[in-house]
Amino acid sequence: MKPATTVRLGLITAIVLALEILTRIGVIARFVAPPPSEMMVGLWRLLLSGRVHLAITQTLSKIAIACSLAIVVGILMGVAIQRFRGLADAMSPFFTAYYAVPVYAFYPMMIAIFGIGEAPQIVIGFMLAVVAVVVNTINALDRIPRVLRKTAAVYGMRPLEAARRIYLPHAGPYLATGVKLAVSYSFIGVIGAEFIMSRIGIGHEIVFAYNNFENEIMYPLILFVLLVAGAVNGLFYAWEKRLLSRRSRS
Amino acid sequence: MTSARNSLLVIVGLLLLWQLAYWAIGDLALRPPLETVVKAGALIASEGFLSHLAETLRAFALALAIAVVVGVALGFSLGMNRLAGEVGEPLLVSFYSLPKITLYPIVLLIFGIGMPSKVAFGAIHGIMPIAIFTLGALRNLPPVLGRTSRALRLTRWQSAWALLFPAARPEIFTGLRLGFSLTLIGTLLGEMFASQRGIGFLLMQAIGLHDTDLIMVLTLLIVSFAITASMALLAIDKQLRHGSS
Repeated sequence: MKPATTVRLGLITAIVLALEILTRIGVIARFVAPPPSEMMVGLWRLLLSGRVHLAITQTLSKIAIACSLAIVVGILMGVAIQRFRGLADAMSPFFTAYYAVPVYAFYPMMIAIFGIGEAPQIVIGFMLAVVAVVVNTINALDRIPRVLRKTAAVYGMRPLEAARRIYLPHAGPYLATGVKLAVSYSFIGVIGAEFIMSRIGIGHEIVFAYNNFENEIMYPLILFVLLVAGAVNGLFYAWEKRLLSRRSRS
Repeated sequence: MTSARNSLLVIVGLLLLWQLAYWAIGDLALRPPLETVVKAGALIASEGFLSHLAETLRAFALALAIAVVVGVALGFSLGMNRLAGEVGEPLLVSFYSLPKITLYPIVLLIFGIGMPSKVAFGAIHGIMPIAIFTLGALRNLPPVLGRTSRALRLTRWQSAWALLFPAARPEIFTGLRLGFSLTLIGTLLGEMFASQRGIGFLLMQAIGLHDTDLIMVLTLLIVSFAITASMALLAIDKQLRHGSS
């Protein structure tokens, strides 16, 4: 194991231990946060009881749909926009500003258009995620050196063939950044939308538990979201790193 | 000034899309641009709105100040030591990508309903991108700067302030642009869930009442503010990069 990984694991363990001790001796009041060990036990019990299975599968499948839609549409849009240099430049400040837009404000509108149900939450997750993919696709294509484009021309490759054999391998790591962000933004979007109004899903369960002072359900669920999101993001982070390091070796 | 003209064209394009969407969807969930602008004027002139606006701006300014100071400090403390950077970066990145909205019950329990909650919520959204960009900026600096600071026998503070910060400033500023947007959305989200005052509170109320007029007006105001600020920051960003090269 690399020394940095060891130190990181040690640091995380130390933080968890400190939380455990602080909550046990009462420096952090019990209603603010229960000890981590109790949260873990609570999560285990909650998962065994099956009470939240439906909510979990619902939420995760909504995230999966929103994320895959965002990746496909985002890459297509990015490729289209990147073809026009001026348009890509002109839109750049709007892309940065986009993240300040409270997408959740459009939620009532989504309900009016798509009806009550799961669709509006998927659309919100999609809307948050798609822009990250567009931005990173443009960025990835911008970084393809002229010489590679010329190579494709010299070999007389068709656009699709050139994309598969030259552009994609080169732009891969930067596209991976977009995919990674799409995953985390669709988590944020879908769960956030569930927080505001929905009748099913993890976000809804957390709000419900919060409103009823059911800390023994709320904390394990928050922990669950953080663990799942952290694990998925960690996987994509490692994947991106591997693509990047493979690049620098070649 | 082609960039100004291009931006104007994009804005016209967005307004056009909005009008088209209105024609396609109808009165049920949208209002046309012109009507929204007129209503926005009425809302700004209305009694009590300015106090909500002032409240939001105050919370946002505080959150942004905290995010910038803590973010840059965190970035520097991790970026000036190789091991600390390697240990810290994955932690920063994974915290950045968590759905922080799930933490709002905890923030509420710690800070209560009101100003401190909103500021905390805004700041936790803004700190991470600024810290990550600062860390990346320091790592990408040419190694000659490190040798210079050793040759001049600068202390850590001196080398950070006189050497590394000026060199990394353009990159840090890019992180700041992103941090600005995210702090704004964080503050607004904090207001939506944890407040009785401010623009976010008005928005949440409008969502609850299905008051489409108000939702459209508030969204327009927030988006215009975000776009204006983003353009101004981008202009400063470009100037910094040209000044430094």
